[in-house]
Amino acid sequence: MWSFFHKLSSPKYYYEWSGKWIPWLGGITILLTALGVYWGLVIAPTDYQQGESYRIIFIHVPAAWMSMFIYMVMAVAGFIALVWKTKISEIVVSECAVIGAVFTALALITGMLWGKPTWGTYWQWDARLTSELILLFLYLGVISIHSAIEDPRIAARAASVLAIVGIINIPIIHYSVTWWNSLHQPNMELVSESPSMHPSMLIPLLIMAIAFKVYFGWLLFIRVRNEIISRERSTNWVKKLILAS
Amino acid sequence: MRTKRKQRLIFIVILLVGFSCAAALGLYAMRQNIMLFHTPSEVNSGEVATDKLFRIGGLVVEGSVVKGNDGLTTEFNLTDTMDTVEVRFTGLLPDLYRERQGIVAQGKLNDAGVFVAQEVLAKHDENYMPPEVAAALKGSGAPHPDSIPKSSY
Repeated sequence: MWSFFHKLSSPKYYYEWSGKWIPWLGGITILLTALGVYWGLVIAPTDYQQGESYRIIFIHVPAAWMSMFIYMVMAVAGFIALVWKTKISEIVVSECAVIGAVFTALALITGMLWGKPTWGTYWQWDARLTSELILLFLYLGVISIHSAIEDPRIAARAASVLAIVGIINIPIIHYSVTWWNSLHQPNMELVSESPSMHPSMLIPLLIMAIAFKVYFGWLLFIRVRNEIISRERSTNWVKKLILAS
Repeated sequence: MRTKRKQRLIFIVILLVGFSCAAALGLYAMRQNIMLFHTPSEVNSGEVATDKLFRIGGLVVEGSVVKGNDGLTTEFNLTDTMDTVEVRFTGLLPDLYRERQGIVAQGKLNDAGVFVAQEVLAKHDENYMPPEVAAALKGSGAPHPDSIPKSSY
């Protein structure tokens, strides 16, 4: 197990290993997304209160889950980058920030579009909405550190500290609807005797959630590989790789 | 090298603990401001500074909604199941507004103790189901899963 992680921290080994996964992740993403979108938008019944507008949940909730999940991946990578100083984890931090920022923006925008017909407003300075906006700013902070500091290894150190410290925001986002009175509805209870969502809607939601997770893995692998090639361009193995192709 | 790694590890742990404490204390100190709305019991017990604009949240009491002659003014009672506040609002209500619905209103108390709202928002709950299931639940006498702002009690 440890020796596998050790091997994975070598850019060359990671490049070859992730290459095998990319077609599989891509295929699963496309299949699950097609299934989830069709199930969610066509097969799933309308909601008893909101009618059709609730269907944005099939994008909004998976995107919001991803925004927090990717942050945790980024913080763990940042932790490894600070303690063990492996190149791959430094690259993962910078690539996670870009993908995570997009998912966070997606969650915020879809939430606003849903909020207008349901609540009657696009935006309120509600605890959940505000903490999710702070998450977007944290991602943008990590991105701007990387673009402001020329040396990628020094940039990675500063960005990793921000990524680790910002993890405090994740429980705040999750519990914001429990700790404070908020406009946003409480977290759904998915694992209970009477789940908050009828199975006919819950199944496509979970399919979309898995599709988004696999999509993230796919995107991350591709982006990390590209960054490896760009950073290691002066090494022998990359030169050989380019000559061979 | 080993001890250096250990030092960095300890540094990160101290950093995290320090920031967590700072965040927890900050949020604790600001908890009144982070609350988006107050409940009718809080308003009636005088916990809220009622001379300023504030938000109130609760359920629209069944049978209390009275439409004004101008067609725009609505009066209703708002409850948190323990206490009630009378609310008056002139303007367009959100689609989800109806009796037993959870709402959040922004406005001020007038001298008569009526909350004059400038804005009314519908609060939605976390339950999603097809209409047939909702009808079946209602028919069986089980508690209707209408919007109850659970977090506020």
